[in-house]
Amino acid sequence: MTAPLLEIQGLGKRFGGFVALDNINLSVAPQERVGLIGPNGSGKSTLVNCICGTLRNETGTVRFEGKAMDGLLAHERTRLGMARSFQLPRPFKTLTVAENLRVPLLYTVDARSGSKLSQRELDERCMELLALVGLADKAWQYPGDLTQVEMRKLELARAMAAEPKLLIADESMAGLSHSEVDDILALLVRLNERGITIIMIEHIMRAVMTFSQRVIVLVSGKKIADGLPEDVIRDPEVVGAYLGQ
Amino acid sequence: MRQSTFILGAVVLAIALFFAPRVLENDYIFFAGYVVLQYIVLATAWNILGGYCGYVNFGSAAFFALGAYTAVAIHKFSPMPMPLLIVAGGIISGLVGLGMGYLTLRLRGVFFAIASLAMAVVMQTLVINWDYVGGSRGAYIIRPQQVEIFSYQLPYIQYLFAWMLFLAVASLVIARTIERSKLGYGFATIRDDEQAAEACGVPTLRLKLIATTMSGALMGMAGAPFPYYIGYLEPASAFSLTYAVNSIAMPMIGGTTSWVGPLIGAVLLGTVQQVATVTISSAVNLLLVGILLVVFVIIAPNGIMGAVQAWQRKRRKA
Repeated sequence: MTAPLLEIQGLGKRFGGFVALDNINLSVAPQERVGLIGPNGSGKSTLVNCICGTLRNETGTVRFEGKAMDGLLAHERTRLGMARSFQLPRPFKTLTVAENLRVPLLYTVDARSGSKLSQRELDERCMELLALVGLADKAWQYPGDLTQVEMRKLELARAMAAEPKLLIADESMAGLSHSEVDDILALLVRLNERGITIIMIEHIMRAVMTFSQRVIVLVSGKKIADGLPEDVIRDPEVVGAYLGQ
Repeated sequence: MRQSTFILGAVVLAIALFFAPRVLENDYIFFAGYVVLQYIVLATAWNILGGYCGYVNFGSAAFFALGAYTAVAIHKFSPMPMPLLIVAGGIISGLVGLGMGYLTLRLRGVFFAIASLAMAVVMQTLVINWDYVGGSRGAYIIRPQQVEIFSYQLPYIQYLFAWMLFLAVASLVIARTIERSKLGYGFATIRDDEQAAEACGVPTLRLKLIATTMSGALMGMAGAPFPYYIGYLEPASAFSLTYAVNSIAMPMIGGTTSWVGPLIGAVLLGTVQQVATVTISSAVNLLLVGILLVVFVIIAPNGIMGAVQAWQRKRRKA
């Protein structure tokens, strides 16, 4: 087995007396497609926030490419190659769609390579990414003029602009129609084919089952299952957690 | 417009602005114009933090006053040329800006505004108790009648006016440069969503410190010539709420997302206030600010520039 891209050991997070995450261990291999599921409030987003540095975990460590992430701020982790989309799209609403993508290009890609992209290169990259997600004709609009699904595509495009090794898509399909879900799924698969490791957090089981090579289940801040999708959904503990015992 | 063209245009306009009142042979225009220019600097400086980054600073008066008191302190020690005083005022206020940023930038929204106001009160108390610069009695600065420049005798008010004109042009050039740079994008992401900014690799804390330092330094620079302009400086007038309120109201009225906004707001409001001072009474100034603010909040909440941009966008869509 190759060295894991992301490795989490004994991760714990509490909010006051509430234990949000309890001794989470997991690892993700390069280029893997992992689904992370669990009922509402099971700690999925908290886990993402701990991985990306938005929240500080009290115990345990997150390792990315073998390097401990302790004490690194969110933007430093982004520069190392982690990217995330937010559960509720959080575009920069006073910047145009194209400018939204410029931010990670200027602040992550430039910082990583140590060289400066020219204006033309910046524009080209933005348009290329927008074409990839199908937003090319909206480049000069403001996020406020976009539909829900377009906003989610922008969210993914912005995460992509940072040229990540690992992309964490936090519920990028919630509230979308059947065909819109297929759109986003196809997009994620295309990104994965480009060599990007993807962790998908999702409630839509159809999406999780078709996309994931492996599924991890969180319930009440604990990992209760980790394996092949078809095995996991037959696991009595998982069934119990979702349907009640 | 290219940056070099812009700077050239601004300098030419500034030179014209300097020589026009000389033709009229009326020194009062220099007195009134100085105040308007001073507000262009203050409004532009406020906007770097308030407009670009979205952090509302209620303590502008403190940065301004610190610049002024730095000049007083240096003057008491040994009179120095104006450019040095301006640089010194900028450094002191910039450092205080950096310190305030470090202590308060974990606060957001209204809490940051309250903290900045509190900082102003603390600074005022310190100055009141600092005897060297006159404490609560204030300090007199006897300014020279004239300065000699290339064996030409320039009246001192014109000399001060020229410096403030220089500062106004400099701050506008800085603001415009920021807007079109990587820094400008970074500031905008802080204004819109700090968590998303971090996720895009923007070092938000460092950028906010850059903004508080720059904003504070420009305000301090605007304050440094003030004791020479006014002749007598005391804490209550240097730390006057008028500066804080005007520094906020002018960008708000002009529009906060572009460098043009504070310029329009400062010219408009500053001129109205100067006219009101000579025609009605100086006491009516703050009332005018209040009325204009209320009017703008209702008819153009994003200021004049915001209204223009919205109109352009609507026209493009149609």
